[in-house]
Amino acid sequence: MFRKTVVGLSCALWAQGAFALDDPKTKLDDPMKSGMWDYHQVELLGDPEVIRFDERVIVRGPVSAEDSLNVPLLVDATGIDNVKRIVISADYGPIPHILTYYPEQAEAKLGLRFKIDQGTAIRASVETNDGQWFVGSTYIDAAGGGCTAPAHAYASDDWEEKLGEIHGRLWAASGRARVIVDHPMDTGLAGNIPVFIIQNLAFESDSGDLLARLELFEPVNEDPAFSLYFEPGTLTGPLHVKGRDNNGNRIRGLLAEGDTH
Amino acid sequence: MFTRRHALGILGAGIIAPRAYAQARHVYDLTPIQIADGMWMIEGSTDYFSMQNGGAIVNIVLIEGDSGLILIDSGPSLRYGEALASVARRLDLRGVSAVINTHHHPDHFFGNQVFADKPILSLGETLSAAVSDGDAFADNMYRLLGDWMRGTEVVPPTQVISSGEVTIDGRSFTALPLGGHTVADLAVLDRQTGTLIAGDLVFYDRAPTTPSADLEIWQASLNELEAINAAQLVPGHGPVDKTRAAIPQTRAYLSWLEHTLRNAAREGLDMIEVMDTTLPAEFAGMGAQPQEFHRSVSHLFPGIELQELPRGN
Ligand SMILES: [Zn+2]
Repeated sequence: MFRKTVVGLSCALWAQGAFALDDPKTKLDDPMKSGMWDYHQVELLGDPEVIRFDERVIVRGPVSAEDSLNVPLLVDATGIDNVKRIVISADYGPIPHILTYYPEQAEAKLGLRFKIDQGTAIRASVETNDGQWFVGSTYIDAAGGGCTAPAHAYASDDWEEKLGEIHGRLWAASGRARVIVDHPMDTGLAGNIPVFIIQNLAFESDSGDLLARLELFEPVNEDPAFSLYFEPGTLTGPLHVKGRDNNGNRIRGLLAEGDTH
Repeated sequence: MFTRRHALGILGAGIIAPRAYAQARHVYDLTPIQIADGMWMIEGSTDYFSMQNGGAIVNIVLIEGDSGLILIDSGPSLRYGEALASVARRLDLRGVSAVINTHHHPDHFFGNQVFADKPILSLGETLSAAVSDGDAFADNMYRLLGDWMRGTEVVPPTQVISSGEVTIDGRSFTALPLGGHTVADLAVLDRQTGTLIAGDLVFYDRAPTTPSADLEIWQASLNELEAINAAQLVPGHGPVDKTRAAIPQTRAYLSWLEHTLRNAAREGLDMIEVMDTTLPAEFAGMGAQPQEFHRSVSHLFPGIELQELPRGN
């Protein structure tokens, strides 16, 4: 009944080892009780002074990952004002940091897909402009293998031609933008395939204003797919997509209002 | 490679439940229902796989042959296969004489192990898919069903069935090589009783599953099955259908599913938002909903979305 064709060595075994770690400056009571949060609070977020779990940061995913290479996630922090960035991460996995979103002119809300390696708490840590952190969580169960499996792309031989190909469009009335970028997003953890990932994507207006940007890491899915949300009716022109991968390939595209196929 | 299966083997049942409790619970209670002369069906639960049902969610058909019973699909586990073998011996002392696998999904062929000394027939692509996907399926089944799966090994079919008129253990069938639910789906028409055993091409009052689906090919297969006008139909999941309602129901659900996903992609919805879709009343009451709808969004939406969204460079 499952499409999964990948089985990998559980690449999160490392996380079960004991870490010699001082308590974070602000010790939180983790609602997920995952045992790893203190570590990420220090290592990933830089051990902030002001931080708390907050239900206004909504993290939504499936209860169980049907496809460990393409787990959908919707993060909504629109209940928090003055959001500077949202750090999205998995407690258990060989590479915890999934991405960081800088909403800039967009709403503090993002749809994405990522690779999961085992059942784990998923976090969205929201930093506001005054340096406070608010963290939301959800738990997603998974069979494993997402991070250590080779990308599907290598099953086909035309991946190089499609590299950087963009699909997407805008819906100005509802304030939505959707973008899918063709890219293998190799984690470097499968076989001898080196890391090959898009590192950043920016969204600019026609006049060159930065509207939103993303920093991507290895766990983002192959062919990254994002939903961006703006105040309905405020997107006046097309959105320019600009990005780069770690091999120096430039990514350029245009999202316009218009008919879907 | 260290997998959950191995973990279970090493650590034993204690990690799932206390041993006595596990042994008391992990027993399949299979009741054959006679559905035609010389033909019995074991009806599966219409729920999703669970620790409660042990994966007994699939329909099995047993048909009288010259030297024993012809078994169509073999269930989700070794233990299930063993329970099937004893059901068969109660119906016919000689037990099972041949096995047919309708397709390569694990709930339909993981009982093969028990019948490894008999001919096990399937379409050619089912055989190769069972070989290539079998281990990954097994890991998932161990995760979902735990100790119910103890000892289960993947035993793919061993013989390719020819299409058209075939005789298996003296009984004549029409073998229909179709597809769409998976890469290869075999439907079998029993000539003597006019019973169509449709495999997972047809679901009845149970949500169709789509992890390996091609919706267009599946719809074409449904048209072929409908043209047969069988006296009765055994779906892969759900009750026997004597009123020719199951094929239209499966078709209507798949049409609704595709239409819903395409519309969502055109409106710019994200996958999680698509999963929030309220199911129409006629589909909401199907077994395993909304779970199967959510799974279908995962299986089908990324591909449909790529077709629907225009190029941006
Ligand atoms: Zn199936």
